[in-house]
Amino acid sequence: MTAASGAPVAGVSPTGTTPPVRRAARGRYGATPAKATGAAVLIVVGLLFAIPLLSMGWFTLQRVGSPGITFVHWLALFDPAQSSNYSDLFAGVQNSLVLAVIVVAIVLLLLLPAMLLAELRHPKAHRVLEFVCLLPITVPTIVLVVGFVPVYQVLQQVVGSDPWTLSFAIGVIVLPYAYRPIQANIGTLNLTTLTEAARSLGASWPVAVWRVVLPNLRRGLISSCLLTVSVVLGEFTIANVLSQNTFQTALLLLQQTDPYVGALLALAALLFVFVLLVVVSTAGSITRGPRRRKS
Amino acid sequence: MTTTVPTPADSLVVRGTPVELVDVVKDYGSGARALDGISLDIRPGEFVALLGPSGCGKTTALRAISGLETIDAGHVRIGGRQIESVPVHKRDIGMVFQSYSLFPHMTVTQNTAFGLQMRKVGRAERDRRVQEALDLVGLGHLGERYAHQLSGGQQQRVALARALVTRPRVLLLDEPLSALDAKVRVQLRDEIRRIQQETGITAVFVTHDQEEALAVADRVAVMNAGSIEQIGTPEDLYLRPATEFVAGFVGHSNRVEGVLEHGRVQVAGQELPALPGATPDGPVVAFVRPEDVHLAADGLPGIVVSTSFLGAARRTVVRLETGIALTVQHAAAEHPETGDLVRVAFAGQPVAVAARS
Repeated sequence: MTAASGAPVAGVSPTGTTPPVRRAARGRYGATPAKATGAAVLIVVGLLFAIPLLSMGWFTLQRVGSPGITFVHWLALFDPAQSSNYSDLFAGVQNSLVLAVIVVAIVLLLLLPAMLLAELRHPKAHRVLEFVCLLPITVPTIVLVVGFVPVYQVLQQVVGSDPWTLSFAIGVIVLPYAYRPIQANIGTLNLTTLTEAARSLGASWPVAVWRVVLPNLRRGLISSCLLTVSVVLGEFTIANVLSQNTFQTALLLLQQTDPYVGALLALAALLFVFVLLVVVSTAGSITRGPRRRKS
Repeated sequence: MTTTVPTPADSLVVRGTPVELVDVVKDYGSGARALDGISLDIRPGEFVALLGPSGCGKTTALRAISGLETIDAGHVRIGGRQIESVPVHKRDIGMVFQSYSLFPHMTVTQNTAFGLQMRKVGRAERDRRVQEALDLVGLGHLGERYAHQLSGGQQQRVALARALVTRPRVLLLDEPLSALDAKVRVQLRDEIRRIQQETGITAVFVTHDQEEALAVADRVAVMNAGSIEQIGTPEDLYLRPATEFVAGFVGHSNRVEGVLEHGRVQVAGQELPALPGATPDGPVVAFVRPEDVHLAADGLPGIVVSTSFLGAARRTVVRLETGIALTVQHAAAEHPETGDLVRVAFAGQPVAVAARS
């Protein structure tokens, strides 16, 4: 939506009398850029992203030791005869996906209820929750992990050392990414009044949350879950230090033995996260019914 | 433009239910009590307004009836049944809120049907009652719209339809008009009154706007600091204020110091009849309405301090020689200028008095 075109600029009378001199000095703050400028910016940024990706793609098609292109590196990945070379990788991918599911469950079953409680019942807990949730982003992951090591030594004796146990640590580092989209969504709604209205109409607390709160938080929840998944799939430090096999750690090992397949998988992972982000950014517009319109 | 006034379908007509507050106390634990033992007896089908300045406890009282606020002592009864321990969703109330409360992800129809779905009303009957409720508020044609496609006034109308469609025992309105602009506010105010009378529902209306309260309610309870100062018909409150606070809060009054003796009060050298009350003889404050003071050919001399045009009338502040400033309401045709020398006289109407400390 363009606000600039057609709307009278402050300081310019609608009758078209001489505009004050200050107009030019004000510049075009908040105005929509010209089409050509927009296109130029898009092209430059697009190239910045595309060139490394295309180069990686090109690299995976190189023949070893001789010129020409080949799909042999791609095919090797799906060749049953060579599957033993990639068993660690496939196990790593599987572990990462399991982790993603568990961490999303942590977000939905632990973080979300905590946020709703803070919003609806205990407003004073709001700031504490926000502080706790944003804290992990200020601490470098490696510092966090060094702290996690002794915790995991105890944890191992209780729940064992299966890869899924990483979800506790990753659950901490995703907090900022999971918290922000949900909180931003909550900020656009008056949840207190909405739930009070639902309850006055005969809905119990759980029904009010299920029928009124959650449908209105859809956008925030989708963004939050997708960001969580992309963080889990991109997480390397924790898995590496705690000696677990995930997609990222397997990728590093593979890269050292076969750079072509390493590049190929890195490319696939980047594209996957890219698609995820596109889904995140459009998730808002695929909700039911017409969205917010300026009134 | 001709408008037909919709009449409520039979499904929306209810038999009013009595509502009682008995010595209700609410203490937030921060000094003064939000509700300091208030009692209120609302008759079936009656429209009662709770009026008072912000922080007087009027919204807390309404929320105590709805169950959205727990109470620390006392009883709340709806239809004779004690309901302090009944949760909100089982109290069978309809509520309209100050801020817009329509569910943003639902259409007008879905919003209105929500309460009926909670009560497991069948599809056919639900559709019929939703349509009737929307017709009642004049929005039957906007069923497919979402809240953000409606104006503020329309949203509050839908909220009203949504609150009424379940045929609740009591309708609670928490400053439903305060977010609307002046013209819509008056329209919707009159409409709320019409719908309440036609459906026969017991209604409690919270407002800080005395004009609104006097216009819609059968009885008005004026609240101050967690207590009810006076409850009575709008005429009672305006003509026979029981306390200094009520006299000052309801309508505009000149506060003039005087001396009460045998039912008559000496004010600015003139004697006026005092309203019967419990005030003992002695120094008092008299509350004289601006419409009970005139600009006159002979009276107390004074200087015009300011004058403002109100449409049908004009209000002029006159500073008397004694230093008292009196607001005088007079015909708009009379137009004194600031600084003019004028004379003012009391109409001789009985005035409210309160003891002066």
